[in-house]
Amino acid sequence: MNNIIVLPLIIPIMTAVILVFLRRDVVLQRIIALTTMIFVIGISILLLQFIQTDGILKIDFSGWLPPFGILFVADSFSILMVTTSSIVASICLIYAFSTIGNRHEDMFFYPLVLFLVAGVNGSFLTGDIFNLFVCFEVMLLASYVLIALGGEKIQLRESLKYVLINVVTSWIFLIALAFLYGTLKTLNMAHIAQRVAEVGQDPLITTVAILFLIVFSIKAGLLLFFWLPGSYTVPPTAVQALFAALLTKVGVYALIRTFTLMFPLNQEVTHTLIGIMAGLTIIAGCMGALSGKDVYTISTYNVIIGVGFILIGLAVNTEAGISGAIYYLIHDMVAKALLFLIIGTMVFLTGETVVKRMSGLIQYYPLFGWMYFIVLLALIGVPPFSGFVGKILIGQGTIEAGSFVLLAIGFASSIIVLYSLLRIFLASFFGETTVSEEDKKPIPKSAMLSFILLTLSIIYIGVGAESLSPYVQDAARTLMNPSIYIDAILGEGL
Amino acid sequence: MKVNDVILRTIVKGVVLIILTLGVYLFFSGHNAPGGGFIGGLVLGSAIVLLYITYDIETIQRKMPFDFKKVAALGVLLTTGTAIGSLYFNVPFLSQTDGYFQIPILGEKHLTTVTIFEAGVALTVIGTLVTIILSISEDD
Repeated sequence: MNNIIVLPLIIPIMTAVILVFLRRDVVLQRIIALTTMIFVIGISILLLQFIQTDGILKIDFSGWLPPFGILFVADSFSILMVTTSSIVASICLIYAFSTIGNRHEDMFFYPLVLFLVAGVNGSFLTGDIFNLFVCFEVMLLASYVLIALGGEKIQLRESLKYVLINVVTSWIFLIALAFLYGTLKTLNMAHIAQRVAEVGQDPLITTVAILFLIVFSIKAGLLLFFWLPGSYTVPPTAVQALFAALLTKVGVYALIRTFTLMFPLNQEVTHTLIGIMAGLTIIAGCMGALSGKDVYTISTYNVIIGVGFILIGLAVNTEAGISGAIYYLIHDMVAKALLFLIIGTMVFLTGETVVKRMSGLIQYYPLFGWMYFIVLLALIGVPPFSGFVGKILIGQGTIEAGSFVLLAIGFASSIIVLYSLLRIFLASFFGETTVSEEDKKPIPKSAMLSFILLTLSIIYIGVGAESLSPYVQDAARTLMNPSIYIDAILGEGL
Repeated sequence: MKVNDVILRTIVKGVVLIILTLGVYLFFSGHNAPGGGFIGGLVLGSAIVLLYITYDIETIQRKMPFDFKKVAALGVLLTTGTAIGSLYFNVPFLSQTDGYFQIPILGEKHLTTVTIFEAGVALTVIGTLVTIILSISEDD
């Protein structure tokens, strides 16, 4: 019995509900929320080990065999994502302890974060595409509240846009599901893959696949990212970091899963389209990052560049490209969380968002400044930090597939990332300090702890890439050979 | 201005009783016939909302001093509790069981754990419904 697979979903939900009863006891809420997250991390690391020995694990809810019941599937890719997202979420929680403020904590902040984590983990684990929709909704509902919580005027404006766009996207998602069910008569992901392989990917199924591409592109911020820069800048720093690290990545995960498992047969159309979209995303993201004058704009456009870069790996669809995409996905979650936490702290320390108005931060906060430098190096892909392996492997994938345009765009974007982030480093960290010795605010201890933990993770992903590689290789192998996944799910059923 | 709504108040007293009975009936008829926790919860919740509309919020809150957010939370806890309870018996997540029991006076009855699950759903629906209506009505 593999009941352990549901724990990353159900434990956060149950603790979130318990926390509702402990509304006034903020300290207890903090302790319980963090303990839960650490427990989930432990479970997912344990699962990762199980998968290496036993292969893909699945649990059929209340014993209904696939393709009739709903099931959760744990393969290396999904569990790597669950582990990374849980680690990042718990570090963001640590940051939130000292910065989020009592007003948020009193208004169910911790339960909402746990619901968000539950939705994210559920999206990674589910093996049923309608259940994926449900988990998306759990995650989105929590994010709606988190983005609006605080009730400032700008938050109201941006959250209204965010909710509207996501409701419309979910509606398209439902329509795509209806078309899919109408053509293939199944919603189980492995079963869909099997039927598509049997009947071939005719134009109708390809159209449905493109509908899914549109839906997940909006969620991931691939080309259709018009909503992203606005809505990611308004919530408090800890929530921004959570969003930047987790939400778009769930969309990326769904894209990779959909187009390697379910619709892999008509690559001239779908994967070419993904490639074009990824290239355009990177170019547009670079323009945004270059033109940005304030730190928030620059960092949100960096999220978009990251998404485009990961999906180059999917577009070329070689084993090297996919494992590069997985490495880069893991790296991007950690690095973007750290980037947003640092940016948010810079704004907190100086009270300014425009790059030019900040100066000399490194004089008072040397460790803080050098950690920003490390995340900068990691995002460009300088060894030994986390971005390096992913960039190399995606580059290798593009060369294997002969997509030299994507290769050029992808690596040229590194230079733009370097320029945009280095500009912040030179202008805001170096130079004369504008704040006097007495006026400087201290960085809260728990915030510093979260920076250090994330920096250590970045160094670990870079230096310890060797220790991660068996898991990533297994994940890439499963993604490239959908039959492994299909056999694990339907082997005994049909 | 004091509204003269004697007729409304008198009728609502009777109607609420009928709605509540219907809600409980729908709740118990579920899982073999149309009905169940969601619909039962909606009907029960609408009875409570009707009370809030007819009488004022303070009066009803004196008689029913629940925080409906916590009612919803309790419901979710009950539902997830029965779902995760299957882990203890080492059967797949969300498994349900049932059986026939000899109960004094009532005779042989069919009891299921789905009923507990559905009770959680019903409480969640009631809690959410009333919370939404109250939140809207609080804005002036």
